[in-house]
Amino acid sequence: MIVTTAVPGRRRRLLGLGSVMAAALLLGACGDDGEPAGAATPSASPTAVAQPLAVKDMWVKTAASGMTAAFGTLLNTGGADVTVVKATSTASPVMELHEVATVDGEMAMRPKEGGITIPAGGTHELKPGGDHLMMMDIKTPVTAGTEVTFTLTFADGKTMEFTAVGKDFAGGNESYQPGTHG
Amino acid sequence: MTGATGPVSRRRLLTGGALTVGGVVAGAAATAGLSGDSSKAASAAPAMFGGNVVPFHGGHQAGIDTPAQAHGTFLAFDLAAGVDRAALGRMMRLLTDDAARLTQGRPALADTEPELAALPAHLTVTFGFGPGLFAAAGQEAMRPESVAPLPAFAIDRLQPRWTGGDLLIQICADDPMAVTHAQRMLVKDALAFAKPRWVQRGFRNSRGVQDDGVTQRNVMGQLDGTRNPALGTAAFDAAVWVDSGPSWLHGGSTLVVRRIRAEMETWDAVDTTGKEFSVGRRLASGAPLTGAREHDLPDYKATNALGLTVISDTSHIARAHVDGDRQRIFRRAYNYDEGPGPDGRSDSGLVFASYQRDVGAQFLPIQRKLAEADLLNDWTTPIGSAVFAIPPGCQPGGWIGETLLG
Repeated sequence: MIVTTAVPGRRRRLLGLGSVMAAALLLGACGDDGEPAGAATPSASPTAVAQPLAVKDMWVKTAASGMTAAFGTLLNTGGADVTVVKATSTASPVMELHEVATVDGEMAMRPKEGGITIPAGGTHELKPGGDHLMMMDIKTPVTAGTEVTFTLTFADGKTMEFTAVGKDFAGGNESYQPGTHG
Repeated sequence: MTGATGPVSRRRLLTGGALTVGGVVAGAAATAGLSGDSSKAASAAPAMFGGNVVPFHGGHQAGIDTPAQAHGTFLAFDLAAGVDRAALGRMMRLLTDDAARLTQGRPALADTEPELAALPAHLTVTFGFGPGLFAAAGQEAMRPESVAPLPAFAIDRLQPRWTGGDLLIQICADDPMAVTHAQRMLVKDALAFAKPRWVQRGFRNSRGVQDDGVTQRNVMGQLDGTRNPALGTAAFDAAVWVDSGPSWLHGGSTLVVRRIRAEMETWDAVDTTGKEFSVGRRLASGAPLTGAREHDLPDYKATNALGLTVISDTSHIARAHVDGDRQRIFRRAYNYDEGPGPDGRSDSGLVFASYQRDVGAQFLPIQRKLAEADLLNDWTTPIGSAVFAIPPGCQPGGWIGETLLG
C-alpha cells in the first residue's frame, strides 16, 4: 500500500515501493485485506499540519510517448470534502482528470467536470475503466519500475505530491473524447 | 516437523501449526472411514487452509524453511540485452512488491484478476540469481565462485531447454490456482527485463494427505529425502544459510535445480530386491538394509554370510553419505509427470531442488561421488541443470536483492 499525506508549504516525497511494504505489513498483520488505512502514516513529518488527502497503491501504465494514465486510491482522512482540480507530473506536465462514461453507446473517457471530489472520510478509486489521472503527452518515457512524481492541486489551491510506479498493463484503452472546456 | 529440536521460527510456527491441525483432522476422517462409520467420516469436514499465509518478510526468503507445499513451479529467465544494475533494481522492486502482496492474500498492484489472490494457501515466492545476472549487474566479484554451471558429469544428458538461467522464481503453494495466478502476475512484471527460459512444474502429496515431516515418495516409489536436515534444527541452519563469503549473501543460500528423468520402463523391469539393493533401503519402510525403521542409521560395515557388505558400496545411500551437518544438502524436491507420449512411455521424474550454503563445498562432492558410481544411475538421468544464488530475505520497505543491487 502506498500511503502518503499532503503537507502544505513543504513538498514531500515519501512514496515508492518502500512505503508500500511498510503499510502492507501493518494491514496484513491485522488481517485486513486491502481496506484503506484509516489514517496515513504520520511519522515522516510529525510537525507538519496533516491535510486530509492520502493516496495508496498508485501506479502508472507504462508508455514511451503519447497518452497514458495513473491509477490508485485517494483517501480523504479529514472531516470535509476534498476536490482535486488539477494534476501534473514529471513525465507528462500536461494532465487531465478523467472519467469513463458511455458516449453514444460506447465507453469513452473524457475530462471530469468539476474535478474529482472525495467525500469526507471516504475513498475514491482511480482505476482502468473508471476515473483516472490522464497523462496527455508523455515527455519522459514511463518504463516498468520507474517512479513518476505527481502533484495534485485542490480546490483551495493547496497541493500535494506523491510518486507512482510504472507497471506494464494491457488495459485502460478507452477511446478519448476531448473536453470542450479546454 | 518430526525431529525438530531447534528454535521454531514464526514462519514455520504459523504454517506448521495450521498444517498439524489439518493433519489431525484428516487422520480422524481416515480412521472413521476405515472403521466403516460413514456418518462420522462425513461429519469430519477437512480443515480449510486456502486463506493461510506464510510471512513474506524476514531474514531468510520464505519457500526454503517452509514445509514444502504440494505444488511448486520453477521459472528461469534470461535477462534482456542492456538490463543493467539499475534496471535489475527496478525489476526486483516490482517483483518483490508482487510477492509481498500475493503471498499475503492480497492482489498485486494492477492485478487484473484480483479475486484470484484471495486464497494463497501457503503461497511462497523465492527469488534466485543465476551467474549471468552478476555479469549484467557489473557485480561479477560478488558472485560466489560455485554459483556457476556445474561441471559436466558423465551421467548427464542435459538439454538446453531445462538448463541455465539468469533469474529464478520459485513459486510454491498448496493450491495450484494460487501458483498460477502468482506466476501470471510475476511473469508480466518480469517481461520488461527478461524472458522465460524454462518452466518446471512439480507436485508433492496434497496437503493433508500426510503430516509435515513425513518423508514423501518419488515417482519411483522410494521414500525420498530421509536424511534431509529437519526444518528448524541447527543442522538445517548449518547446511542451508550462507554465513561466510560475500556479505551480501549472508542469510541467503544457493540452489541447484536438476531435472532428473526417471527411467520408469527399465525400473519396472527390476524386482524389489534389485531396487532395494540399488538404493540401500527397503522400499516399503525406507529403512536401511541394515535396519528396521526409516530413520535407523545405516551400518555401512555390516556384512552378510558371504562376507559382502549388506549395503553395497555402490548403493545410492552409500555414495551420497556425508559425515557432518555442514556437508549436508537440503533437498526440497518436486515430482514431475508430463504424461506418457504416444508410445505410452513415461515422462516423469524429479525436479530436484537442493539448497545449501555452498554448492562447491556441499553439493559438488556428493554429486561427484554419485556420478562416479551409483547403482541408481541406471534408472535416473539428469536432463537439466541450473545454479542460483538465493539472496537473503528483506524487511518491510526493502526488496529482495537489495544487498547486491541496491
